[in-house]
Amino acid sequence: MVLTAEDKKLIQQTWGKLGGAEEDIGAEALWRMFHSYPPTKTYFPHFDLSQGSDQIRGHGKKVVAALGNAIKNLDNLSQALSELSNLHAYNLRVDPVNFKFLSQCLQVTLATRLGKEYTPEVHSAVDKFMSAVASVLAEKYR
Amino acid sequence: MTLTQADKAAVVTIWAKVATQADAIGTESLERLFFSYPQTKTYFPHFDLSQGSAQLRGHGSKVMSAIGEAVKNIDDIRRALAKLSELHAYILRVDPVNFKLLSHCILCSVAARYPNDFSPEVHAAWDKFLSSVSSVLTEKYR
Repeated sequence: MVLTAEDKKLIQQTWGKLGGAEEDIGAEALWRMFHSYPPTKTYFPHFDLSQGSDQIRGHGKKVVAALGNAIKNLDNLSQALSELSNLHAYNLRVDPVNFKFLSQCLQVTLATRLGKEYTPEVHSAVDKFMSAVASVLAEKYR
Repeated sequence: MTLTQADKAAVVTIWAKVATQADAIGTESLERLFFSYPQTKTYFPHFDLSQGSAQLRGHGSKVMSAIGEAVKNIDDIRRALAKLSELHAYILRVDPVNFKLLSHCILCSVAARYPNDFSPEVHAAWDKFLSSVSSVLTEKYR
């Protein structure tokens, strides 16, 4: 699966529309994920997972910042996310199935905020992007 | 996920043995697939899927042949299976989940026939290899 030029354009445009709400989006995506997929909470035994908690906000911010960085480096995701890839492979070891859950929740969050602008084409581009990011993060697992 | 030199060596070594019974293993793998995962039969409405049918044997042979090609070109599986990749992407469109199922069945067939050779390391190497093959075959889906 390869990101086409059109996909990349749509991803960048979409990210550009978020107008500074990135942090909220990150926190919301995580909250949705913990809510819809409770097993994902097992990776955060050290967190206060109540809605709006500082830790969820802080972590949402981190995740979104990483995604923002990935979007700035769409032509070289492997390199841009190399440190995170190591972290996930050797320390965090989050089962890859969870990347799909977070991707899903992020997309739902984006869809609620972008409404009609979250067209099928945008949806597909974001889904492929998150898929590519997940691939890179799981790349060194074995 | 990349195949290490050790992985490649393990795959090539076992293949030398598997190749001597490739057709039988291919047929058995498909039989296991259709038996354990009946939904996979939906991709073969035009086949006689009874045990030992000529079509099953023919198809098992085809599958193992392709795997053999991948083994021979283990350093560039993508190039070796380019045509098959297009076939799966534009015509067959087998849902990727089924590659995992078939890979699993192939591993079982090989393990059953070569129990002494199928150590945990060899098992992992073969799982990674079949995973790579599956990736290549689903690469052009979108």
